[in-house]
Amino acid sequence: MLDTNIINISLVILLLPLFGFITVVFFGKRFSKLYLLEVAIIVAAFILSLYVGYTKLTTYLHQDLNFSFTWIDFGNVFGKGSMHIDLGIKLDNITVIMLFVVTLISMLVHIFSMAYMEGDKRFSRYYSYLGIFTFSMLGIVLTDNLLMMYIFWELVGLSSYLLIGFWYEKKSASDAGKKAFLTNRVGDIGMFIGILILFTNYKSFSFDYIFNQISNGVLPFGSEAWLTAAGILVFMGAVGKSAQFPLHIWLPDAMEGPTPVSALIHAATMVAAGVYLGLRIFVMLTADAMLVIAVIGAFTSFFAASIALTQNDIKKVLAYSTVSQLGYMVLSIGVGAYTFAFFHLVTHAFFKACLFLGSGSVIHSMHHEQDMRQMGGLKKKMPITYASFVISSLAISGIPLTSGFLSKDGILAGSLAFGHLTGHWLIPALGFLVALMTAFYMFRLVLMTFHGEPRNKEKYDHAKESPFVMVMPLIVLSLLSLFFWYTPNPVSPEAGWFAGSWVKTPHTVVPETSRFNFMKSDIMTEQDQTSEHNESGSIVEPEEEVVHSEMYMHAMHWAHYPAMILSLVLATLGILLAFVMYQWKKISPDKVTNTFNKLRLYNGSLNKWYVDEIYNSTFIGGTMVLSRFLSWFDKYIVDGIVNGTAAFTRVFSTISGYFDTYIVDGLVNGTAFFSGSIGLALRKLQTGKVQTYIVLVLFSVIILFYLIGPF
Amino acid sequence: MNGFPILSWITFLPIIGMIAVLIMPNKMEKGIKLITLVITGLQVILAIILLSNFNYSAGGIYEASSFQFIEKFRWIEISGLSWLGTFKVDYFLGVDGISMPMLLLTALVSFIATISSWKINKSVKGFFALFLLLDTGMMGVFVALDFLLFYIFWELMLLPMYFLIGIWGGPRKEYAAIKFFIYTLFGSVFMLLVMIGLYFSTTEVIADGSRVFTFNLLAMMDPTNYTTNGILSPLNPNNYRFIAYIALFAGFAIKIPMFPFHTWLPDAHVEAPTPISVILAGVLIKMGTYGILRISYPIFPQITLDLAYYIGLFGVINIIYGGLVALAQKDFKKMIAYSSVSHMGYVLLGMASMSTIGINGAIFQMFNHGTITAMLFLIVGVVYDRAHTREINAFGGLANKMPMYTGFVTIAFFAAIGLPSLSGFVSEALVFVGAFSSETTRILTMFGTLGILIGAAYMLWTLQRIFFGEFNKKWDDVLTDIDFREYAMLVPLAIIVIFLGIYPSAMLDILNTSVNTLVGFLHSSAATITKMSM
Repeated sequence: MLDTNIINISLVILLLPLFGFITVVFFGKRFSKLYLLEVAIIVAAFILSLYVGYTKLTTYLHQDLNFSFTWIDFGNVFGKGSMHIDLGIKLDNITVIMLFVVTLISMLVHIFSMAYMEGDKRFSRYYSYLGIFTFSMLGIVLTDNLLMMYIFWELVGLSSYLLIGFWYEKKSASDAGKKAFLTNRVGDIGMFIGILILFTNYKSFSFDYIFNQISNGVLPFGSEAWLTAAGILVFMGAVGKSAQFPLHIWLPDAMEGPTPVSALIHAATMVAAGVYLGLRIFVMLTADAMLVIAVIGAFTSFFAASIALTQNDIKKVLAYSTVSQLGYMVLSIGVGAYTFAFFHLVTHAFFKACLFLGSGSVIHSMHHEQDMRQMGGLKKKMPITYASFVISSLAISGIPLTSGFLSKDGILAGSLAFGHLTGHWLIPALGFLVALMTAFYMFRLVLMTFHGEPRNKEKYDHAKESPFVMVMPLIVLSLLSLFFWYTPNPVSPEAGWFAGSWVKTPHTVVPETSRFNFMKSDIMTEQDQTSEHNESGSIVEPEEEVVHSEMYMHAMHWAHYPAMILSLVLATLGILLAFVMYQWKKISPDKVTNTFNKLRLYNGSLNKWYVDEIYNSTFIGGTMVLSRFLSWFDKYIVDGIVNGTAAFTRVFSTISGYFDTYIVDGLVNGTAFFSGSIGLALRKLQTGKVQTYIVLVLFSVIILFYLIGPF
Repeated sequence: MNGFPILSWITFLPIIGMIAVLIMPNKMEKGIKLITLVITGLQVILAIILLSNFNYSAGGIYEASSFQFIEKFRWIEISGLSWLGTFKVDYFLGVDGISMPMLLLTALVSFIATISSWKINKSVKGFFALFLLLDTGMMGVFVALDFLLFYIFWELMLLPMYFLIGIWGGPRKEYAAIKFFIYTLFGSVFMLLVMIGLYFSTTEVIADGSRVFTFNLLAMMDPTNYTTNGILSPLNPNNYRFIAYIALFAGFAIKIPMFPFHTWLPDAHVEAPTPISVILAGVLIKMGTYGILRISYPIFPQITLDLAYYIGLFGVINIIYGGLVALAQKDFKKMIAYSSVSHMGYVLLGMASMSTIGINGAIFQMFNHGTITAMLFLIVGVVYDRAHTREINAFGGLANKMPMYTGFVTIAFFAAIGLPSLSGFVSEALVFVGAFSSETTRILTMFGTLGILIGAAYMLWTLQRIFFGEFNKKWDDVLTDIDFREYAMLVPLAIIVIFLGIYPSAMLDILNTSVNTLVGFLHSSAATITKMSM
């Protein structure tokens, strides 16, 4: 029997933040304390999520729960049969884990912001935006279909736009918001076309229905190429939202928003929605699509890390690090390591939120100073912030006993196995290189900010540890960055409940011919397993089974320890290098800079490899030129023809007016004049004498006879 | 609705109002405005009554029996004319799922436009008399089922519109008014020719059992009603029907306005006073696409199907071209005017899909564009009333100065961008879904989706330039947040935009049966015609 209880509760969780948003939007001005309602709501949503997650992962571990309804019904459509558009939610294991992650981080950010945003003139507006964001994000998490995914996808885009541009008096902030929205739209167009391909073929937006059809051999437009195309196109949405190359440019700019927002939206949750989408469509990705995704992910993670190395703004370093880590997750999807993509999503959400909130704590105490060159020595002043920051930095660097170590190791092992099986060695190679770079730039950040001598004495003197509402979230998040929440064995994620039983790689549905060789599963075993469960009476979704062929499993196992050791060595090297350069000052950073700059590498990295400049002068500049040209064309050519026609008509009518006056009327008058003159001339004949007339008549008769007569 | 001629009432109520306005003394400006408000308010009430009595499962389109609220009687009859026999014209009104949304839109937008006209103070009497006449013309177009009647209403709008722009407009009002007038008249001439051609090709059985020529649109849709040698009969070996289709289409295309016939629109909008812009963009330009669906499609089904690609092509050109030109505009109102060109492109693309979902989307988009663009023009009016300039770059930082106004602007802009949960999204999405499902328009649709990027670009850029950044102190005294009258206009529209975004079925259910009937009829009738002409 299905328990609809937790489905209903999930709907409540979804709608609570919306309710908060509406209330605060309408009454926030009147009641300044109304933001507390938002905080209360998110706490309630978090507790309910805990309950839903617990119930799902215990009672319904192998069973998905669905709820859907018809949104638009077209009835029996001519030539196509019955058509309707459904919306609905689905609870599977990754859904409930995401519910937990999103509500938890959102809650912590709500609490953190109480102090961080204190005194802002649009304080309640800020909370209402957080509400609409949480609502939209939960929509993405809960959806069971592509349309609803797209709907909430755009809505998180809106909340991201509003929050990035929250301090819209600054031009840079409103620019960044606009840039984020438009860059995302580029990806969304691809995603939308992908959705169109799928809907046209399957008449449904539902993930499960579409995957079912594909596994039954029904392919989009009957070809595997279209299946590949659909997969890549839908994934383009993720490229935008998860800031993958070449659409990564918006995320660093998004740091214009308030720092808690950067933590919630632009690090932990919304940007991970792209990865979440990738996981949702994982089973319909063909080998070609996966390879494309793996390459995008690997390149992005390397590219972003190479920029993070040189940034001096504390938030910019973290932003590029986010891009880089998202690249890891995307890479992980591409190489087929589904479990670890999601695992890293979750662990990253906690430690990156911690890092961002930590940087927020620093920025807050430094009076909105974000340049690391102005910091230093803060560890004495802000011990709790420092401790949580170090723990999270160790996690993101992949040091044992942290969560990051587990998930990152899984990804690297997966990529190594992938390289081994397919010969695409570049992907693991980039992956390992990034591990080194990550450890370096993270500890560069830690050392520049918290260690050494204060570089700006004045700001340093004013700095102090942040209030409880700000450090409490840091403590919670840094604790969640430790291993024991996920597995009892700090070196083996699979020994734990998270990767061992909650999140399993689902069965791919693409035709055998579109899979990687090593992913061709043993169909027989599958069917056996399914039927076995059916006999025993319990309902088991075949999708939840482990389906990696033995080959990939072996490769993963084979890669596990080499990957672990290699990544550990690299991470330690990276940290050591950071210490050598920034703590012990054995190597001068300036010297390194100059060496690299011989190839212009340092300036390239500092300037983000000039991607923005390139886009500005090509796509954006090109569009503006085209737009101005078309505007000119419209005004002078299209409308010119219209006005020209009118002018021509006027000239023509003037001419015909003249023609009428002088020629036509002239003819008329001329005729009159002519007949008048004739008349005058002939008048002389009218003598009035009868004799003259008789003579004339006779004369005429003779002429007539002569003309027509027979003789 | 037993016997109560509700359609005639809703159509001619404004005429009664006009007479009342004309009788009133010039000085009673308030009274004149109130009468107009009451009349348009009554229209809204009548429209709601119509909606509540509307039968959602009646198809309409070609079948007289499934039209609703029908009023039909002989209007003109002259018998005993030598070779012509009997000349007759019917007064024939009726509503189906395609006209119902337009009727609701007309009633709503007229009412809002009346409130918006409250600030008119130059020859008030003339303005409101013409305004009411215009209202009748618009309503009539959407309920007429007789071509001659349709044509009369169509032309009836022209005159008041000409004066409303030409007298109450901006600096270049004469130019804009005459351009609008001549351009539309130019299109009407084509329509007139086709109408006469169709008249002399279609016969209908009258009471005494004989067949006479007819202007009845529904009779024209039945291929068996054509005379053997009628000029526009499918049996006529010369391809006059094709020429007639193009001519008729051109007449409607000017109204839409479809590229390259669109240049009257920005001029008319920039010069027209706010309420007239609202009417123009909200209702008037929908008549073009409505006319195509009501007349071109069912009367010339096989040509329609053959030309689907080109209709879609022009749609996509409208979307992209209009969007790009909007991006370059410096005048707020002109930017919105070009965004209308772009948004009407979606309607064309949806219509070109020849699919139920696509045409549903197209008509829904007509309604949504009507409400959203009405909001947009009202929004322009708000700043123009206060600052007397529409230069986008002259403003900045209005968000802090006028927060409520900014809220409405955000809703309207994001609705125009196609943000989910607002009505524009649903219609655009349905247009794309429908157009993509048709093989003919599939590739076009992919290009069309660029529109959602361009749309976001010009809207957000404008939003940024006007509302964000530092406030220009120059406007400190004049720019005040919206007042009660402006709330009264914007709130209902915003509610509709949000409501239909969340619950689109409220509108789509009205449309769906008729649209499905239309699509089915297009294919079956095209097949009949092909068979006949072989």
